Amino acid sequence: MRVRIKFSKNGSMKYIGHLDVMRYFQKALRRADFHTSLSGGFSPHMIMSFAAPLGVGLTSDAEYFDLDLEEAKSSSRMAEELNRQMAPGFRVLSVREIPSDKGSKGMTLVAAAEYEVRLRGSVLPEDCGGTRISELLGLFLAQKEIFVTKKTKKGEREIDIRPLIYSLSYSDGTFSMTISQGSSNNLKPELVIGAFAAFAGVSAEKSDMMIHRKELFADRTENGTHHFVPLDELGTDIKEGIDS
Amino acid sequence: MKERKTALGADVLLRVEKPERYIGNEINSVMKNPEDVNIRFAFAFPDLYEIGMSHLGIQILYDMFNRRDDVWCERVYSPWPDLDRILREEHIPLFTLESQDPVRAFDFLGITIQYEMCYTNILQILDLSGIPLHAEDRTWDDPIVIGGGPCTYNPEPIADFFDLFYIGEGETRYDDLFDLYRICKKEGWTRKRFLREASHLPGIYVPSLYQVTYREDGTIDEFRPVADDIPATIKKQIVTDFDRVTYPEAPVVPYLKATQDRVVLEVQRGCIRGCRFCQAGMVYRPLREKSLETLKKDAEALLKNTGYEEISLSSLSTSDYTELKELVNFLIERCTKRGINISLPSLRIDAFSLDVMSKVQDVKKSSLTFAPEAGTQRMRDVINKGLTEDVILKGAGEAFRGGWKKVKLYFMLGLPFETEEDAKGIAHLCQKVADVYFDIPKEERNGKCSITASCSFFVPKPFTPFQWAPMDRAEDFLDKAHIAKDEVRTMENQSCIRFTYHEASVSVLEGVLARGDRKLCAAVESAYRNGAIFDAWTERFSKDAWDRAFAENGIDPAFYAHRERSADETFPWDFIDIGVSKSFLQREWMNAAAASVTPNCREKCSGCGAKVFGGGVCYESQN
Repeated sequence: MRVRIKFSKNGSMKYIGHLDVMRYFQKALRRADFHTSLSGGFSPHMIMSFAAPLGVGLTSDAEYFDLDLEEAKSSSRMAEELNRQMAPGFRVLSVREIPSDKGSKGMTLVAAAEYEVRLRGSVLPEDCGGTRISELLGLFLAQKEIFVTKKTKKGEREIDIRPLIYSLSYSDGTFSMTISQGSSNNLKPELVIGAFAAFAGVSAEKSDMMIHRKELFADRTENGTHHFVPLDELGTDIKEGIDS
Repeated sequence: MKERKTALGADVLLRVEKPERYIGNEINSVMKNPEDVNIRFAFAFPDLYEIGMSHLGIQILYDMFNRRDDVWCERVYSPWPDLDRILREEHIPLFTLESQDPVRAFDFLGITIQYEMCYTNILQILDLSGIPLHAEDRTWDDPIVIGGGPCTYNPEPIADFFDLFYIGEGETRYDDLFDLYRICKKEGWTRKRFLREASHLPGIYVPSLYQVTYREDGTIDEFRPVADDIPATIKKQIVTDFDRVTYPEAPVVPYLKATQDRVVLEVQRGCIRGCRFCQAGMVYRPLREKSLETLKKDAEALLKNTGYEEISLSSLSTSDYTELKELVNFLIERCTKRGINISLPSLRIDAFSLDVMSKVQDVKKSSLTFAPEAGTQRMRDVINKGLTEDVILKGAGEAFRGGWKKVKLYFMLGLPFETEEDAKGIAHLCQKVADVYFDIPKEERNGKCSITASCSFFVPKPFTPFQWAPMDRAEDFLDKAHIAKDEVRTMENQSCIRFTYHEASVSVLEGVLARGDRKLCAAVESAYRNGAIFDAWTERFSKDAWDRAFAENGIDPAFYAHRERSADETFPWDFIDIGVSKSFLQREWMNAAAASVTPNCREKCSGCGAKVFGGGVCYESQN
């Protein structure tokens, strides 16, 4: 059986890197005595895959990994048992059953992510050179193309990020956005804010930003319009009856 | 929920490598309310977090201290140079991981001293905490700085930097020290009075209360306490009922992958072997075992409370544990079906261990380790390494037939009474191991065999029979390494043999500090001021910083490392009583010269003196 586990990662736990989060959950699952499926060989490991690794320094209310189990309990019981093993800053939000086929993996399905970004201090004043941020944002988004320089392993290249921004708004010091996420066309929120800051005539580095992931979505496009569904909604609750 | 505070802001934490080293909040770390405790203890391991978190000793004492309601013990590790620079530039004081509070505000700063090459890191921790480096400059605004661990068997080269040293196993006397401290605080004693009273506790050494005078030749004339109420010798404290000693059932589990990323089950302490180069083998005498039942219970609890995917047995010589077979079978039963690995270091290679290892590791990929330590039988007799060539070759043969093809052999060069023949013997032994492989019919072999001979340079340590021995100079080491290497190249199967050796200059410095006296404190401090830090990290080691430090203080390192000591010399560490007598060590030094073997503790008691502790292997046959 395959389950999808959703958890949040907040406070100082944002400094824990992705691989260490993975190892942390493997240990938590063993402490909670979950009967996980194991790969073969002399160093067997859990069959676990994360939907979208989170960078160091980011907090999140929507981290997901899929996990194969030999034996399951009810969704609520599994979440409760795992939560007993969490360090402050981590919280398991749901454990739901998902189909075991390849196409249903979170990693394969993830298409978009919602983020909130706040800027530290006075990087971007509310009254930015006489124009309010929200107005500037309208102008920014009205552009047909937004070219930014993206650093990749192979070097730098110019990409148009405008089609990858599905929504972007500003209120009370916080930018909210839904942007493309996934193996192809992965857009990072700092790139969006960096581009907007440049548009506003200031410079904003990643270290100036407090970035919080709100949700990860699959795209169930119908008739050419995006239809974003949170990854946990693709699973079903395992009911109480299963517990003995 | 209130968000956990960190001493460092995101601006700093996102600028340094691996911020996880500095934020705490690990599973099983202990949080208390500072208002609810009387004593705050900062426990430091003066090296990087990943190294320090691999250390069992801190976990034992951290757990033991925190069981007391009146004590909150927290941890601190050396900040890596990237953070070190920021802390200095931005005047941020060093802090503990749990509360993230400045170390200087604590009642105690305990520093575990595991190897000589961390001495400059001790000064880094004091300095970054804002604590005066010299104990004599401290006031009640500073914590009591206490040192413990193996290097305290000669604490003299760092004596100036510590208020107290704890000599022996931490499980025994800390309660007395904490109780004394509470009285001290209640009655408002001066710091001096506290140290004086502490000096009366068994195992506590207060360096400022001892005076050393030297002879013209630089050796010690007299080492004595400054007053009659202060003990002239400090007796090492050990756990006698080892089966019932406190053990951390829920050790702290780091997020970062520690160097030893596994649960550690300590099966016994001490060693029966009596290898003459080995300090641990002498200072942890007598051997004390835990019962099978205790170990089963501990293993169960440790795995359940940590969730680790690997468990390792720890001891100086695990093969000597009397119920090893039962223990290993239990672990295999418990672990393998749950996907938990078992790691079995320091096992003698024989039919039993090979059978066990074939069950717990991938034979094709893993390598087997032998520690002959020396290349010829004569030399192994000199060092009393009770391992014969027959045993090695038989073990290798069984291993090869069992499917292994990678073998590692550990050697030391620069041992006392070593000749060119002994260095060449390393090559010859490797060839004999290769012969064993090629004696196996071709169709039964498992691809090409690989034999790695790894040589380290011998460093004479206090409280060993070799404490009188002159250490080889760096150039002698390298000559011998080249002799061994050239000899390897003339061997028939040299293409299967890889020969490697360690850095020589670090070993020489280790030799200087290991048998140093108080005069070295100035050099340690100068080296630190010259930028030496993380000396144990080969890529960071600055020979220049140390060379200048010795020169600046008029110290000749050769006096400490390369001089042969006379039988009647008073050593800086002679005031410590480890149970094993100096006359026994002297007898063993003579036996070494004669290449005469001394039986192990279970074969025959050699009267080393450790029997005075009233427990362990010394009384085994009487049960």
